[in-house]
Amino acid sequence: MDLPLIWFLLIAVLWIGYLVLEGFDFGVGMLIPILGRNDKERRVLINTIGPVWDGNEVWLLTAGGATFAAFPEWYATLFSGFYLPLLLILVALIVRICGFEYRGKINDAKWTAWWDRAIIFGSWLPAVLWGVAFANIVRGVNLDANHNYVGGFFALLNPFALLGGVVTALLFLMHGAVFLALKVDGDLRVRANRFAGKAAIAATVAAGVWAVWAQAAFANRAWTWAIVAVAAISLLAVIFTNAKGREGLAFIFSAVAIAAAVVLIFGAIFPNVMPATNPDYSLTIRNASSTDYTLTVMTWVAVALVPIVLIYQSWTYWVFRKRLRTEHIPAPAGLSLTKQTSQAAV
Amino acid sequence: MDVLDLARWQFGITTVYHFIFVPLTIGLAPLVAIMQTVWVKTGDDKWLKLTKFFGKLLLINFALGVATGIVQEFQFGMTWSEYSRFVGDIFGAPLAMEALAAFFIESTFLGLWIFGWDRLPKKIHLAMIWAVAVAVNLSALFILAANSWMQHPVGATFNETTGRAGMTSIGDILTNNTLWAAFPHTVTASFLTAATFVAGISAWWMVKKARTGVAKDGTTAKSVYRTGLRFGCWIMIIAGIGVIWSGDSQAKLMFQQQPMKMAAAEALCHTEDGAAFSILTIGDVNNDCEGVTRLISVPGVTSFLANGNFNSTLQGVPELQAQYEQKYGYTDEAGNAISYSPNLMVTYWSFRLMIGFAAGSVALALAGIWLTRKGRVSDNKWLARLGIIAIPTPFLASSFGWIFTEIGRQPWVVAPNPTGVDGVWLLTARGVSPIAPWLVLTSMIVFTLLYGVLAVVWYKLMHRYTIEGAPEHVEDVSPTKIGGKPRTADGDDGPLSFAY
Repeated sequence: MDLPLIWFLLIAVLWIGYLVLEGFDFGVGMLIPILGRNDKERRVLINTIGPVWDGNEVWLLTAGGATFAAFPEWYATLFSGFYLPLLLILVALIVRICGFEYRGKINDAKWTAWWDRAIIFGSWLPAVLWGVAFANIVRGVNLDANHNYVGGFFALLNPFALLGGVVTALLFLMHGAVFLALKVDGDLRVRANRFAGKAAIAATVAAGVWAVWAQAAFANRAWTWAIVAVAAISLLAVIFTNAKGREGLAFIFSAVAIAAAVVLIFGAIFPNVMPATNPDYSLTIRNASSTDYTLTVMTWVAVALVPIVLIYQSWTYWVFRKRLRTEHIPAPAGLSLTKQTSQAAV
Repeated sequence: MDVLDLARWQFGITTVYHFIFVPLTIGLAPLVAIMQTVWVKTGDDKWLKLTKFFGKLLLINFALGVATGIVQEFQFGMTWSEYSRFVGDIFGAPLAMEALAAFFIESTFLGLWIFGWDRLPKKIHLAMIWAVAVAVNLSALFILAANSWMQHPVGATFNETTGRAGMTSIGDILTNNTLWAAFPHTVTASFLTAATFVAGISAWWMVKKARTGVAKDGTTAKSVYRTGLRFGCWIMIIAGIGVIWSGDSQAKLMFQQQPMKMAAAEALCHTEDGAAFSILTIGDVNNDCEGVTRLISVPGVTSFLANGNFNSTLQGVPELQAQYEQKYGYTDEAGNAISYSPNLMVTYWSFRLMIGFAAGSVALALAGIWLTRKGRVSDNKWLARLGIIAIPTPFLASSFGWIFTEIGRQPWVVAPNPTGVDGVWLLTARGVSPIAPWLVLTSMIVFTLLYGVLAVVWYKLMHRYTIEGAPEHVEDVSPTKIGGKPRTADGDDGPLSFAY
């Protein structure tokens, strides 16, 4: 068995898991100011992902840990090279987590407004930055002979990468809106559906331009054109099924489109994991990988555990499958900022 | 400051901060699970009240543990990329296993527990919190496997061609005796932390309720808070015994595996037969053995702690330095002399503060059990104060414990294993990323400010929810079928039992 290849594929799978799952919960966070007209509606939006966003985020930690274990050189180069974007992503994820958990803890308009901002910021920023980061990987970065990134921060902000950021943001907006159309009911469902249609058209245009650019300039193989086609067809199918009000199908196609984008990225860079502008210095699945022993151990662990994770995460979605309406949202359970003084103190 | 100093400060700040939340989560999740179990078994409402009360505090705390945990994983690659290249083959495996085997369970099942009160049958819902409780402890095991490997590398070999360490046995890494000394110590300390938290808050509330005069008629003070206090105290006693026992065996192992760390912890400035245990030592800040003066010490005790023999010989810092120089070189690449001893004052004092603060819980445990014996409810305001004062002590003990164990490892990031694996070691200075200092400085400032703000928010929320107290009325909302089939005819369309 070619273990580095298996792990290259497995890490692609982990990123598909992460971006498909957290993609829609990013989208929901991004849509709070767009679709949530009042506090109750915003709470409906947040609660559609309430029970699941934390589990979704672990896919990122697993992708990170798996890269560390299977491709230490890739992990080291990527994380030290993309220092500032990752720092911003970390800050965004931290305030977003606190936003979800702390927003409803205090029943005060200012308090919830601040945490709404944290969720919105924490959802938009990574949605853009993941696209910027992956587009830079596809494009190739300036590595030295020791595989250290020497390109500087501003080289990461090139047009191709910035368009990549726009693409992921639009994809997640679409994905989030489609998810909401599937998960809410009433007036919100109508608005989510309408927004999803617009977002899908915008995402199709932007992703189309980016994918053709990537294919023409950076991917030197033919089969990835098939993936571009799959992505294009899926996005058109989202537009069509969404317009027909087939929310379940629209969500499946939206997920397939994001998965196809990840396959395109990994397909474009293969057999590199981190292409360098000087090809001699590129990190490949061979020179970046761990020893066969480590990869064998990790393969057994992954084969045993990934299916179980998928089973219980799917079960979670099934338990919370009910559509949410504003009537389902209970009165705020948060406390007031200060304890009422009527109670005696010690 | 150069990249190395900045990177070390950043790692220290983010790690100590992360470990404020972690021990409480590791200990409190099982305690809440036990509370809920007793409720399911007995149907007694007071246990449901305790579950809800401490469950909310657990969640406020869990959020920050998760948020700061992501930083922990990312910064190995961001600021310690050369370390990551050297050890990734080994160190990455337990991290990936933690995510796959433990963290997925914690996050997914915690969501099911928070939102699932009216969606899952009672016993299934109970199983959710148990899954979280087991998984947080499993997380600790994998993370400590990674850390223990840095303290005492096993199951690895040095590859001359790649210049990296390679894994030879995952079994050795997961059965590392350093791990199996560190894990019980960390877990028992976490239970001590959580139990002190439960007992301290309950003590304060019991006294407060008793002083308003409603205690005698069997209401909240007696039923809920007295129960919480005694539950917490008994767990503290059991966990406290575990902390002492596991700490002692861990120290014995450290004398063998990291003699320099223990020599620094004891300010042993020359090799001694029947080494004394230092109660108070003063010294200069220049961090060498000259100028270190022992003021109070107990003869023979350190030797006894090291290997059970009052007269055994322990090596001092200068002798160990000479041995290390012979084995690992006198100078680094730049030609500077390498000091193989950690910062003596930090190591010495953090070791003592760890032990000293841990003792803070003991007073509360003994007072709490004595004052509530035979069904009594105490209105002693000193007990309430003691409860509040005791809460932070095990947190501080944990922090100083980690400062001790990590500073004591310096100047190594992967300490050499004197009893086996040859060649697998790395000086901390060589592990840092080759990046611009301003990058690390920026992130250090960003994290410090962000963490500072979040600490205030966390404290305010914990405080606010604590002074709100346990709910006066609780309702069993569990459905009979998975997915929230209604218990009553109109139940399915009513509002959710919990929503953000």
